[in-house]
Amino acid sequence: MILNILIGIGIALFGFVLQTSIGGINRKIVGRMQKRQGPRWYQEFIDIFKLLSKRSVSHGWIFDFGVIMALGGIIATAMFMPLTNNFLAFENYDNFFIFVYLLAVGMLGMAMSASGSGNPWASIGVMRALTTMLAYEIPFLIVVLTIIKLTGKSSLTEIMLYQQATGNNWFLIALPIGGIVGFIALMGMLGKKPFETYIAPAEIASGPMVEYGGKQLGMLFIMHEITVFIEVSLFVHLFLGGASNIFEFLLKYFTVYTLANLISNVNGRFKIDQVVKFFYKWPLLMAVTQAVIAIYFGWVI
Amino acid sequence: MLSTKYTEKTKLTKDEIDRKWWEVGDYFRRNSLWLLMYCTGCCAIELPPSMTSAYDMERLGMGPMATPRQADILLVSGYLSLKTLRRLIYTYEQMSEPKYVVGLGSCPINGGIYHDLHAVINQLDQYIPVDVYVAGCMPNPESVLNGFVDLMEGIKNKTANGWKKYRDNNEWYKQNQKDALGEVIIHDEFHE
Repeated sequence: MILNILIGIGIALFGFVLQTSIGGINRKIVGRMQKRQGPRWYQEFIDIFKLLSKRSVSHGWIFDFGVIMALGGIIATAMFMPLTNNFLAFENYDNFFIFVYLLAVGMLGMAMSASGSGNPWASIGVMRALTTMLAYEIPFLIVVLTIIKLTGKSSLTEIMLYQQATGNNWFLIALPIGGIVGFIALMGMLGKKPFETYIAPAEIASGPMVEYGGKQLGMLFIMHEITVFIEVSLFVHLFLGGASNIFEFLLKYFTVYTLANLISNVNGRFKIDQVVKFFYKWPLLMAVTQAVIAIYFGWVI
Repeated sequence: MLSTKYTEKTKLTKDEIDRKWWEVGDYFRRNSLWLLMYCTGCCAIELPPSMTSAYDMERLGMGPMATPRQADILLVSGYLSLKTLRRLIYTYEQMSEPKYVVGLGSCPINGGIYHDLHAVINQLDQYIPVDVYVAGCMPNPESVLNGFVDLMEGIKNKTANGWKKYRDNNEWYKQNQKDALGEVIIHDEFHE
């Protein structure tokens, strides 16, 4: 049991290091895209350690406690994440719904903490974040439920193995429309550009993070990196057939995150009502179409 | 040549250990400076070229930030009227330590072309401590970046300690602020 917990914490730490490095490499890639030199690839590590080394103010105990709750909740979620077919900390506990439930703990911790700061921008940011969450989760869940219906299992490892079995395709290919919906929902989850509404630095002064500085902001950055790790890994496992070894996982992870980042950097920002309208129009329609095609007609490539 | 005899290790005192940790922190702090731009005057026009592909500030690890809490540098670009000075002091006091101030252009140094205007203060240094000045009217992007590199050197050599000065000589600064503004009260509307 103790060994399992240690492996779980190791996975969370691995996720943090992986996502922070890939985030730094992506900043470099974006810099080259814009004909700049770009920062060093380890710049994100420097940023986080700098924030942890600064002094910071507190806005009451809810403000501090919420940050710890957010970080703890996200680390607890990452502990259940399988990396490859047979590498996970807790056997049989990699159900998709565990991630859905536990991710909410971290998000609610952040929402509570941001509201505790008493800044109106933070309240607006939290409200927008929850609205965006409502918008992208319905199409995403319809697609994932289709996958669960097809495989008959909701465990991530089983879904991975189902896709890797001979005769089956990755769900990105088997359910092409659903794969696109999944990717758009992933962009929403990551808060990438068209759906960056709840961060919006120039509009609502970085939203929920407006009152954070120093150590609390550093902890939120760590939390954010691990959240991105969880979300991108979910996409890799559900749609890209998981990974049979760690290198395959790294390759798929890098590809998915870089693609999302590149799309993000050529887009503007939606308004909040545009985000909701967009998600309830095209992705929802596509998700329902895909579900009907796959479940009632049985047309799966 | 080193003696092979066993010599007892010299124990570091607490101050020395603190200093070493502070130096480690200084490495991170000088390589990741986040700006809060307080663009009151015309010098702000020099910042877009120094941030974008021509001079690329991000390669030094610098970038603009949205709020004073997140930022390390308060970049004062241009003249300060009494009205903006009050907001500048609020902003400066909200930033988390260690914090640095960079004065851009000649207006924060001696008033620049606005030196004889009744509503404009001449020396920013009297009200909040300034670590680096970038002189010029307006300074071009090379000198802006050079100023930031100077600030990095200052952090390395521990000469950029304006935030300590502000804490140690707080009464003097407060008196100057009161003389100029009459009264500096930060209204906390949420908790009132």
